[in-house]
Amino acid sequence: MKIEVDLISEDKVKSMGVAEKLRFILDAVKMGKIVVLEGGLTAEEQMKLIEFTMQQIDEDFTGIEISGYPSKRGIFRRKTRLTIVGPASMMKTIKKDKDWISAVISASSSA
Amino acid sequence: MSVVRGAIFSFFMRLFRKRRARIGIYGPPNAGKTTLANRILQTFADGGEIGEVTEIPHETRRAIRREGITIEAKSGKKRAKLRIDIVDTPGLATKIDFKDFIPFGLSEEEAKRRAKEATQGVIEAIKWLDDIDGVVLVFDATENPYTQTNIVIVGNMEARGIPLIIAANKIDLPEASPQRIKNAFPQHTVVPISALKGENMEALYEEMARKFR
Repeated sequence: MKIEVDLISEDKVKSMGVAEKLRFILDAVKMGKIVVLEGGLTAEEQMKLIEFTMQQIDEDFTGIEISGYPSKRGIFRRKTRLTIVGPASMMKTIKKDKDWISAVISASSSA
Repeated sequence: MSVVRGAIFSFFMRLFRKRRARIGIYGPPNAGKTTLANRILQTFADGGEIGEVTEIPHETRRAIRREGITIEAKSGKKRAKLRIDIVDTPGLATKIDFKDFIPFGLSEEEAKRRAKEATQGVIEAIKWLDDIDGVVLVFDATENPYTQTNIVIVGNMEARGIPLIIAANKIDLPEASPQRIKNAFPQHTVVPISALKGENMEALYEEMARKFR
């Protein structure tokens, strides 16, 4: 079984409104894709994504695994550098710190 | 005439008097939020419990508010009083699988119902952020605090400018490491506690009295 990974550029991410962006991510993840967003999601957007995800959870879709590099301090105080989102049934973060994310992605239904 | 003056005075007093601060107890599932809320009620209210505590994740599936709790704590050389409403919230999570409840003895039907309620609870906890004045964020000090859910919670509090205290809970357990939480979130006050055993609770109450005035 193939795993599809969508790598979305920062320009593309910025061109989308919040609702459009979150819908894009959730639709892809529900189809079994891994989505990697350059520039990432803000904390508020991630919280909104969690809320949308909860509305979609059922017996077949158990939610998402989300991971990202934390915001850097600076002019754009809460800019996230990168966010990766995948189906919780396929992806599991096994290591995470400020500059390192390791995840296991399984083609079967249990990560 | 004095009655009218009194009524006008009372009106303006009500208009400008700050309502009680609403303090939300947030955190991932099974971190000890309800245990902490129950501990606060037992200490400062008429006892009772805000909710049930079990080993099963997502035991709290609705936000529950208790009003008018007066927290007394040391403030410098004096005792300070802080009158608040406490909101115990469901644990925040990005995934909920009904199968995870079955090992705890629930039937498939009960597990599915609990999972559905848990998703609604997470949504409710998120919506409560619009009505919260301060947060005690409860982390399990035996677990790695640097999860994306925890980062999102902290980030949201910062973005909203909500005063935040991190309670590193379960210090009664040998594998607890509050320092790990301090290292993960050095920009915030971290108070090590055991809500279950009542350890170091005075330090938390002092910090609440200081931060949520």
